[in-house]
Amino acid sequence: MSLRIVVAVKYVPDATGDRHFAEDLTTDRDAVDGLLSELDEYAVEQALQIAEEADDAEITVLTVGPEDAKDALRKALSMGADQAVHVEDDALHGTDALGTSLVLAKAIEHTGYDLVVCGMASTDGTMGVLPAMLAERLGVPQVTLLSEVKVEDGKVTGRRDGDAASEQLEAQLPAVVSVTDQSGEARYPSFKGIMAAKKKKVESLDLSDLGIEEDEVGLAGAWTKVDSAAERPARTAGTIVTDEGEGGKQLAAFLAEQKFI
Amino acid sequence: MPYDGPQPVERQLPTEEARDLLGLTRELAAREIRPRAAEEEDAGCFPRDTFATIGAAGLLGLPYPDEYGGGEQPYEVYLQVLEELAMARLTVGLGTSVHTLACHAVAEFGTKEQRAEHLPAMLGGSLLGAYCLSEPASGSDAASLRTRAVRDGGDWVINGTKAWITHGGMADFYTVLARTGVEGPRGITAFLVPGDAEGLSAAAPERKMGLKGSPTAQVHFDGVRVSDARRIGEEGQGFTIALSALDSGRLGIAACAIGVAQAALDEALAFTAERQQFGRPLADFQGLRFMLADMATGIEAGRALYLAAARLRDSGQPFSKQAAMAKLHCTDTAMRVTTDAVQLLGGYGYTADFPTERYMREAKVLQIVEGTNQIQRMVIARHLAGPETH
Ligand SMILES: Cc1cc2nc3c(=O)[nH]c(=O)nc-3n(C[C@H](O)[C@H](O)[C@H](O)COP(=O)(O)OP(=O)(O)OC[C@H]3O[C@@H](n4cnc5c(N)ncnc54)[C@H](O)[C@@H]3O)c2cc1C
Ligand SMILES: Cc1cc2nc3c(=O)[nH]c(=O)nc-3n(C[C@H](O)[C@H](O)[C@H](O)COP(=O)(O)OP(=O)(O)OC[C@H]3O[C@@H](n4cnc5c(N)ncnc54)[C@H](O)[C@@H]3O)c2cc1C
Repeated sequence: MSLRIVVAVKYVPDATGDRHFAEDLTTDRDAVDGLLSELDEYAVEQALQIAEEADDAEITVLTVGPEDAKDALRKALSMGADQAVHVEDDALHGTDALGTSLVLAKAIEHTGYDLVVCGMASTDGTMGVLPAMLAERLGVPQVTLLSEVKVEDGKVTGRRDGDAASEQLEAQLPAVVSVTDQSGEARYPSFKGIMAAKKKKVESLDLSDLGIEEDEVGLAGAWTKVDSAAERPARTAGTIVTDEGEGGKQLAAFLAEQKFI
Repeated sequence: MPYDGPQPVERQLPTEEARDLLGLTRELAAREIRPRAAEEEDAGCFPRDTFATIGAAGLLGLPYPDEYGGGEQPYEVYLQVLEELAMARLTVGLGTSVHTLACHAVAEFGTKEQRAEHLPAMLGGSLLGAYCLSEPASGSDAASLRTRAVRDGGDWVINGTKAWITHGGMADFYTVLARTGVEGPRGITAFLVPGDAEGLSAAAPERKMGLKGSPTAQVHFDGVRVSDARRIGEEGQGFTIALSALDSGRLGIAACAIGVAQAALDEALAFTAERQQFGRPLADFQGLRFMLADMATGIEAGRALYLAAARLRDSGQPFSKQAAMAKLHCTDTAMRVTTDAVQLLGGYGYTADFPTERYMREAKVLQIVEGTNQIQRMVIARHLAGPETH
């Protein structure tokens, strides 16, 4: 039987763009271009490598996000994933992590899976909680933050590198894993891959397809509420030390003032 | 609208797949190629791994048929990819052009069997090719080449020295023009020689003014034996094959030249917007604004000219005259634009802390390779006025 891998990928605002909040304190997604979260490229890469090792595997990339999130799916498909699922519904606006995990879990069950691969965190929300939430909702083991991952004999194994120790972990499939940015550089799509991706299937689902009520998600269903948001003050110009014989001393004085030394 | 940093070149592309291809090229250029260019060019370091990366992405077989693993792209699109690559680093743009040139003989003049046997690997992205026409004593007068191939049963034995070979010593295959018969253009035959052939060796790379990351070396053929199955085209057809490859190769050089010029203009625009003198940004002074305008106009005209020649080629019409014009005009433009870019940056432009002096050194070689610009004028004039009478 074919190994069914679902990769959860998030479409995020481009971090190099000028990001702002909308009036309801959600991220203003219209103002900047989006892209496949770079940390999720690692998840796609690991899924592709697992699939290449397996005799028979099928990779579905899944995203919950607005219409433009299709770009993230296309990117993953052009890297080599087989098909995609896009959950999109106006009622999702403002959904928090718990709500997102509900939608993802339902969509994963709808697709069918042996292994779910996530990134270590999104590059915008950066909570890093979704993989754990997903595993709970799906009722399967979670093996998170792996820098190395393998699937063999119905088990997933991997290495988690901590500050003090490296752990070797293993779980029975089905399971949820997340992989770090140390797991290996993601490949570029090839020109042929981009062409082929255009012909691959992208299934569009809304909340009713997944049997989710509107009030379970969105701003209304969120357990967390953003009360206020203030933009970080603009960066000020740095101090330039010109060396006229006293450069070293001035540098040291500056660092001492900033409490670095 | 105030100046807001370098913008992507506005391109007219025929298909959605072409737009995607240019998007992929820009991503590779921004992430893999441009960041390493200055340091590696300074150190004379050949980025073989970069060619592996762009090869895996499908950029080393773009203008050849899908049937053999190529990208099946018209020259109109392929050349704009080259321009973007050269804009990031000439070593990569020109190297891609030379590799593509080295595939030309088999793709256009090979038998069905030869194409099926060799092209998938040559276009597949993991191999890199070289093109061996020039010799120490035979440059512009290429038909005077002396490297000799002699029949020995079912084999050919090649002896001689090729000069100025881009990727010499690094390439996985060499398209070689050798003399098999009479003096002059009619006695030349083309061969496809594997890089690991016994008797093939390369001298130490030339120490060049620019384009230092791209190895240019003499290649020695010392009794190199290849089977007749590696002869491309008919005996004596080699010079025709070589010139046909050069018509297309010149378009590649033209596109690379526009890439270098565009990079220099972008640098000059960014600098003159930032740098203040007499209490104003440099880009406020009309004398400099006019220079920028002339640079941009030359680039745009060059791009239009190489694309016009490419479209002739793509539609199956003769394009040799226009290819020579494009090579001439685009490389002369690149020389002028990069020189002006150094001028606009003043003393900074003359230092290795900014890329403009490198662009200027790179532009120079483009006026020399694949037919010097004197030779281009000769070709154009022959199309206009017929052959010289003496
Ligand atoms: C305080 C707070 C404020 C918020 N504000 C906003 C807001 O302004 N606008 C708004 O739209 N949302 C907002 N959210 C929602 C939050 O961004 C989403 O719930 C998010 O999808 C989950 O958190 P994360 O991005 O940190 O994911 P993480 O837990 O960091 O993600 C880990 C992995 O889960 C997967 N994953 C995450 N999200 C998705 C997805 N959508 N589709 C597929 N896979 C996914 C990826 O594999 C990812 O690498 C807010 C949440 C909180 C708690
Ligand atoms: C970096 C680099 C990479 C190269 N890569 C390759 C490669 O991969 N493969 C390959 O085969 N070759 C390659 N070449 C060789 C290149 O094509 C030759 O250098 C070029 O054709 C000129 O030949 P030459 O250097 O022998 O100069 P010459 O032919 O000796 O010319 C010297 C000067 O005389 C002028 N001249 C010559 N004849 C005439 C005439 N009839 N009328 C007017 N002026 C004339 C020329 O324009 C030039 O200015 C490369 C060269 C360089 C510098």
